[in-house]
Amino acid sequence: MPIYRSHVLICGGTGCASSGSREVTESFRNAIRDRGLSEEVLVVPTGCHGMCEMGPIVVVYPEGTFYCRVQKSDVAEIVEEHIYKGRPVQRLMYSGSEDMPFIPHYKEIPFYGKQHRIALANCGYINPDNIEEYVARGGYEALGKALAGMTPAQVIDEVKTSGLRGRGGGGFPTGLKWSFCASAKGDKKYVICNADEGDPGAFMDRSILEGDPHSIIEGMMLGAYAMGADEGYIYCRAEYPLAIQRLKTAMAQAEAYGLLGENIMDSGFSFTLHVKEGAGAFVCGEETALMASIEGRRGMPRPRPPFPANSGLWGCPTNINNVETWANVPPILRNGGAWYASMGTEKSKGTKVFALTGKIKHTGLVEVPMGITLREIIFDIGGGILDDKKFKAVQIGGPSGGCLTEEHLDTPVSYESLTALGAIMGSGGLVVMDETTCMVDVAKFFLEFTQKESCGKCVPCREGTKHMLLLLEKITGGKGTMEDLDTLEGLAHMVKDMSLCGLGQTAPNPVLTTLRYFRDEYVAHIRDHKCPAGACAALLEYRIIQEACKKCGICARNCPVKCIPGDRNSGYHIETDRCIRCGTCFEKCPFGAIEKK
Amino acid sequence: MTQMKIRNLDDLRKLRESSRDLSSARSGGETVIIVGMGTCGIAAGARDILSEVMAELARRSIDNVAVQTTGCIGMCQDEPLLDVIRGGQRVTYGRVKPEDVPTIIAEHVVNGRVVEKMAIGRAD
Repeated sequence: MPIYRSHVLICGGTGCASSGSREVTESFRNAIRDRGLSEEVLVVPTGCHGMCEMGPIVVVYPEGTFYCRVQKSDVAEIVEEHIYKGRPVQRLMYSGSEDMPFIPHYKEIPFYGKQHRIALANCGYINPDNIEEYVARGGYEALGKALAGMTPAQVIDEVKTSGLRGRGGGGFPTGLKWSFCASAKGDKKYVICNADEGDPGAFMDRSILEGDPHSIIEGMMLGAYAMGADEGYIYCRAEYPLAIQRLKTAMAQAEAYGLLGENIMDSGFSFTLHVKEGAGAFVCGEETALMASIEGRRGMPRPRPPFPANSGLWGCPTNINNVETWANVPPILRNGGAWYASMGTEKSKGTKVFALTGKIKHTGLVEVPMGITLREIIFDIGGGILDDKKFKAVQIGGPSGGCLTEEHLDTPVSYESLTALGAIMGSGGLVVMDETTCMVDVAKFFLEFTQKESCGKCVPCREGTKHMLLLLEKITGGKGTMEDLDTLEGLAHMVKDMSLCGLGQTAPNPVLTTLRYFRDEYVAHIRDHKCPAGACAALLEYRIIQEACKKCGICARNCPVKCIPGDRNSGYHIETDRCIRCGTCFEKCPFGAIEKK
Repeated sequence: MTQMKIRNLDDLRKLRESSRDLSSARSGGETVIIVGMGTCGIAAGARDILSEVMAELARRSIDNVAVQTTGCIGMCQDEPLLDVIRGGQRVTYGRVKPEDVPTIIAEHVVNGRVVEKMAIGRAD
């Protein structure tokens, strides 16, 4: 195998692929070949680096120079100047703030500096389509160690020691869950990886599957060995074609090496793995609905007990964990449970991956130790609020989570602390909102989502979310009453307490937390018919500030409903009753002479 | 080629060992060789030096050395320049010829003995 002096790592995650990384990869291959460097420079497509907003991302080793937003037209320059002549291309490097104009090295970028990567350790660092790269980083060693010298009970003990808890949202201790399934009676047992990531704005599971598929396969095999299962399913939504493709490649490579299949490493342990593509129903992330879907039935939840550990897939004992949980298992077995337990807080150990989205400077994926504050995640790692606007709230845990405010920013992040505030850890979506976001509108947005995704099996969720949504539409439309607020709150508690599965039980969280922390905004919509953030179109009023108006007539010409009468001598005014509040005049006015409130 | 099967931990470690250089360039070697590839260096034959460095490392199966290139540092009269960073000390060799490369790698990179007669400067 030739030794390459330089490796060019190009992100091939979904984020960078959509900003053109495939063409960039092709250009690199061509430029390197044309320069006669093919023998000494290796081009490596990788998984997600997490800094998706700066994509396509290219990292050149051995220096570790971090290039962002690399276009096809930049490739020739990087190859000629940096790779051939050793002069890194300054203009394409990541630039931080003004006092730190260029930060060439990967590790020196604040976005990465505060992160601690365990589940994401290989993402963006190895070629996910090459099993040797995974092995070179210590892959499959945990499996080898367990099969050669550990009893299943010892594997479970190690996971218990680590303190790992379910990363899909529930936060149930993983080791304990495994011990239930291990002690359940049955000749046939299953393990399942829940990769039905459906929260709006969440993409941590997709990135792990795309960037490090072998870690999931190895994690599931360790679990299967510990629990006595010999068959597994990865339930992945069909909207993740790249993840599915990489998983299948990884499975084929592991099988070729004898690391998956019959009699693995001559230990007598066998494991068969399947990928099941889901059709993208949010409710199929709920474990009983997910299993129904694998069995070929309609994806609907059923009451528990019996829990899957006793009666799961096809009635057999089954253990379900989510992608991130499985990805943490190999490092725990490799380095020991105590190592993992040394990170995090008393009850929440290790790290958590968060997807940062919304009005934040660096959207992307971060992995941080438990116990870090939201302020550190949003301001130190995420770079703060876009356009330096004021922070207003952060929605944590997706549509099942809650909105937290400025005063909660210094809370250390753990399962307990977030639940106490009315939010949940969830799968780790963080949607950041600034002062121009209306909290009533946000609650409506998330409820629209859960209401659409409700499977309709139980009445509280099917009817309750529908009527909550109608009330929110009434309020944002300016027709709400103060009694509606009480009805809304009552309904929310009813849906939360009486729904069959997690979807309904958590769907009211965005409404309940916004009512708790932003009640004044609801009141403003109802009593004053005003949207304080200026986001609810029905409550806006556009007006021309006559003192600032230059009578140019641009607003009148652009108005799609012609409701701005006037002429260049006498000036213009907006006829509010005919105005459709499209905001065109506000955007077009060159003098800022139109106000909305 | 028939695919090798991994039957035990030793097999796995062998595969890990043989795959090591797949990511070793990314972890940065303890020892670094830097070839001056400015216009002056290239004109003086630095490309051949770089190729020879790669070839010699491959011949000796050395995979823990990072090979980098750099631009002109101003000593154009002494190009091609080749720097070795080992044990925190940086030594510059000047007017390097391809046939010097095996000596520098054998003496300095592998055994840690600076090739005094070719060295033109050092920085700690």
